[in-house]
Amino acid sequence: MTTAEIIRDLVGKHGKLPVDVATLGDDSDLYTAGLSSFASVQLMLALEEQFDIEFPETMLKRATFASIRAIADAVDSIVRDQAAA
Amino acid sequence: MNIASKADAIGLGERARRAARVAGEFADAVDREGRFPREGMEAVAAERLMGIQVPAVHGGEGATISEVAEVCAILGQACAATAMTYAMHQIQVASIAGFSGGSAWHAGFLKRLCDEQLLIASATSEAGIGGNLRNSVCAIETIGDTVRLEKDATVISYGANADAILVTSRAHADAAPSDQVSTLFLKDQYTLEHTRDWDTLGMRGTCSDGYVFRGEAPKEQVLPAPFAEIAAESMLAVSHLLWGALWYGIAADAVARAQGFVRAAAKRSPGTTPPGALRLAEASSLLQQVKGNVVAGLRQFEAAKGDADRLSAMSFAVAMNNVKVGVSQTILTIINHCLLINGIMGYKNGTPFSLGRHLRDAHSAQLMISNDRILGNTSTMLLVHKQDTSLIG
Ligand SMILES: Cc1cc2nc3c(=O)[nH]c(=O)nc-3n(C[C@H](O)[C@H](O)[C@H](O)COP(=O)(O)OP(=O)(O)OC[C@H]3O[C@@H](n4cnc5c(N)ncnc54)[C@H](O)[C@@H]3O)c2cc1C
Repeated sequence: MTTAEIIRDLVGKHGKLPVDVATLGDDSDLYTAGLSSFASVQLMLALEEQFDIEFPETMLKRATFASIRAIADAVDSIVRDQAAA
Repeated sequence: MNIASKADAIGLGERARRAARVAGEFADAVDREGRFPREGMEAVAAERLMGIQVPAVHGGEGATISEVAEVCAILGQACAATAMTYAMHQIQVASIAGFSGGSAWHAGFLKRLCDEQLLIASATSEAGIGGNLRNSVCAIETIGDTVRLEKDATVISYGANADAILVTSRAHADAAPSDQVSTLFLKDQYTLEHTRDWDTLGMRGTCSDGYVFRGEAPKEQVLPAPFAEIAAESMLAVSHLLWGALWYGIAADAVARAQGFVRAAAKRSPGTTPPGALRLAEASSLLQQVKGNVVAGLRQFEAAKGDADRLSAMSFAVAMNNVKVGVSQTILTIINHCLLINGIMGYKNGTPFSLGRHLRDAHSAQLMISNDRILGNTSTMLLVHKQDTSLIG
């Protein structure tokens, strides 16, 4: 599975969206789809567990979780930084 | 440049104090009768304080959040109902001025607001959702160029006295509860069907009755930014800071009354320390904590201003929530100290040392967006947010 596919799966499990995640595109706005701030934190915890990463404080903002692609980009960049460190 | 902005700031304080003198004269009557603080708000308008936050290009004075907070604190020392009315109005102005993008209609409205000193109310609370303003049940309906909205609004402060109301709703009939927009309706574009009385312990003069709101307006009156952004980057922080400022004002006046009581006792028996003096010192220390809390929050907001990333960061939301919870709890402790100092003279109404109104008004602070709800929200963020342990930041 690609990062985006894993993330899509986690959004479906933890996002508590009122719609089926399969109906959303990678660029669809997750907040418009009903992602609450509570669910976004649960999703973040699940992502940290899944990818064995830690979101730096600078990424704890709305834009990071705006779409599946935005999350994938964030995860990729943290994974890259952690590998480089 | 610097001198001019300083002169403006001094001018604002003086104008606010003049308005506060009028508001203070009627504070007890407003509280007792549970009526709109008409005299105070007329004095505020006469001092042309309604539009100060509007940028100069739209006819205002471009006052900063700190300057607006100072006005709230000054009014709060005189009449909490006037101060809360003013603060809630300024919260709406911040949302409109900050999030109307290039909307010509909203720019025109802000100009009118300054010219005519209009008053804007807010309808976020709704039957079925309580204080969770990031959810709506009602949905706005677009028919051609017109929008139509009906909302069972449980609390609209000074709704009957406002010239316009900013109302949140879902963006359309199929939108998720958190997919919201905010629409500004003018007085001749809505009706309010009265549903709930506001006969409360305190903040009686805010006249926060419940209504069924029914409005119809041109669709250009919907704010172009999603409400999620407005809430995260402006409304939540500005609310907590301006409320915090006026709550500080209530507590500061209570401490002033207690100090007056202790000083009078000291004059009666020179050479001995009055029994309330130590407690007054303690209240003064707590008041400084409250002030420090609000001022630190204001600084943080000013530093992040215009930077959407910083304003929507979790660390910022946690800090603003902490200001609200901390201030709303501590003012109760302070005013209670003052009551112990002033004794029966504080407990009685109509003395120069009375504190009943202060105490009752201050009790609304922890309910105005329930502290338990806010703590719940903060506790979620603390699952991932990393604490900033630096002192100066
Ligand atoms: C002076 C004043 C003026 C106001 N003016 C306006 C106005 O002009 N416009 C407007 O829209 N609203 C206004 N409000 C309403 C305000 O913004 C909140 O909506 C309201 O105070 C919340 O009401 P509530 O306590 O009934 O509801 P809720 O928020 O539902 O809370 C009820 C109780 O349930 C508990 N609770 C609920 N949810 C949670 C949770 N998630 N976690 C923990 N505990 C929870 C808490 O103990 C809380 O006290 C005003 C309120 C006051 C006090």
